[in-house]
Amino acid sequence: MKKLVSTALIAASLVLFAGCKSKPPPQPPQQEQQNTGDVSGVNDANAVAGDDTATAGPGGELLSKRIIYFDFDRADIRADSQSVVAAHAQYLSKNPSQKVRLEGHADERGSREYNIGLGERRGQAVRRALLLQGVAEAQLSTVSYGEERPAVAGSDEQAYALNRRVEIVYLK
Amino acid sequence: MRKLATCLLLLCAAPAFAQLQLTITSGVTDPIPIAVVPFERAVPADGGIDVAAIVQRDLESSGRFKAMKRTDMLSRPTTASAVDVLAWKQQRNDYVVVGRLTAQANGDIVVKAELINLLTGLSMMDKPWTVKSANLRKAAHRIADEVYRLIIGVPGAFDTRIAYVSVDGKPPTQKYQLIVADADGENPLAILTRDRPLMSPAWSPDGSKLAYVSFENRVSSVWVQDIFTTQRSRVSARAGINGAPTWSPDGKKLALTLSGSNGNLDIYLLDLTTQQLQRLTDDPGIDTEANFAPDGSAIYFTSDRPGSPQIYRLGLGAGERPKRVTFTGTYNARPRVSPDGKQLAVLTLDNGAYRIGIQDLATGTMSILSKGRQDESPSFAPNGAMVILAGREGGKGILQTVSSDGQTSSKLNADAGEVREPVWGPYQK
Repeated sequence: MKKLVSTALIAASLVLFAGCKSKPPPQPPQQEQQNTGDVSGVNDANAVAGDDTATAGPGGELLSKRIIYFDFDRADIRADSQSVVAAHAQYLSKNPSQKVRLEGHADERGSREYNIGLGERRGQAVRRALLLQGVAEAQLSTVSYGEERPAVAGSDEQAYALNRRVEIVYLK
Repeated sequence: MRKLATCLLLLCAAPAFAQLQLTITSGVTDPIPIAVVPFERAVPADGGIDVAAIVQRDLESSGRFKAMKRTDMLSRPTTASAVDVLAWKQQRNDYVVVGRLTAQANGDIVVKAELINLLTGLSMMDKPWTVKSANLRKAAHRIADEVYRLIIGVPGAFDTRIAYVSVDGKPPTQKYQLIVADADGENPLAILTRDRPLMSPAWSPDGSKLAYVSFENRVSSVWVQDIFTTQRSRVSARAGINGAPTWSPDGKKLALTLSGSNGNLDIYLLDLTTQQLQRLTDDPGIDTEANFAPDGSAIYFTSDRPGSPQIYRLGLGAGERPKRVTFTGTYNARPRVSPDGKQLAVLTLDNGAYRIGIQDLATGTMSILSKGRQDESPSFAPNGAMVILAGREGGKGILQTVSSDGQTSSKLNADAGEVREPVWGPYQK
């Protein structure tokens, strides 16, 4: 069921993209297809243990690096991460059935919902870089967790730097 | 009443979770001296609940009252006629509250409380409250509300609820709970528990529902949940971000932040009956955190269109354009409008610290309300006199209440885990 929802989401993204040329028209995003069986199970203990959609993905020096870090209040991919992004772009273009989810994150400072926006901006930066390097739209989805899922606890510069990130998650 | 009974049933079945402890951290320089005399009990119907102690703590938590210690009381009258006005005045009190509980044959309890003004010698309040014994705390909060109103001149907000998010465990395996409690932190009830983030709770105007964001399916979705039945429904699970829900004053619509797959956050209005979606903003920057003016004529929201986040106002009439509202500092976000529509509470960057500021909407003047380094999520009490907010202490999230003039504050510490994103609910029927 969970897979179905993910698939439905990706499908919904695709439908949305089909209508988008270079400048997206100002129309509301479409409600995803309702998988009634799944979403009505709201009182179930449907807490997710682990992430059953994630997979080990490819190995190798660059491809095993799955986290892209960002500077404070920035969403541009740093020079030291370009080779990692390029390696994933190359792998994904050669494996067009492989899908990845780009999970954007922010450090804990500032407003939570605004940080959701910052995390999304970072996820979109990685998405655009992958698209420019030949990855198909259908292979990519984004989610932003803002400051809600820090990689490490702590309120210092070191923790902040590790938490401002995009995680590239290979999906089954 | 039926609803309250359901609520209590659920409470008994609820698992253990963070309990809040209230501490008054600062009050006004000249608080009003008051003596709240222990009420005559109704044993065993009152279940051992000390009504006068609850009234006293409510009044003291506002920072505006200083209560006499029970050990200093020379007598313990339970009716106004038994109060020796001169003697209580000599002990430097301005007011005395007395009361008595009487058990009825049907199990109800009648609480009669009186407020005596020692300067005039007159009784200002002589009113019975009839409640089920399980709702005795509620009666105490209502008495405190009435005492506050009679002395301060504005209604109290003690008989109200708050909601907040509680988080346990260390990243990346954390447990998130959405909790509803009385405004003093008592009677906490987890209405939802998830292993993925829950955020941005928002009260419906009638206080019966919460809208919030859940990541339970790995992506964000917006839900509406009845706090009494705990039934919930998913109202938005569109591609991209589904976030920052707030209710229109009539309770019929939600303002939401949606991004679509292209990642551009804008604000939309979702009609909860027809599911119709109306786009309110259209800008390549991040537009989010909408909040309605109390009359529903406009929304205030965060936008980084000028290069850093600032607050904008968008009138909802035809052809209106967003207008920038905040000009103090480089970071202003998460606007919340006061119940009278005259002030805006925001998260503002103040000398390198994230604090809560209050901006007067007529003059544009901003004053800083909180003193932490990472304060966030301001929310007005329905009487406008207090703001609840989240702060950090010892690396943990805690809740605080601060009076809107910044003079008084108290803390609500969780005994386990951390707490965040408090929202103050409306007056209850």
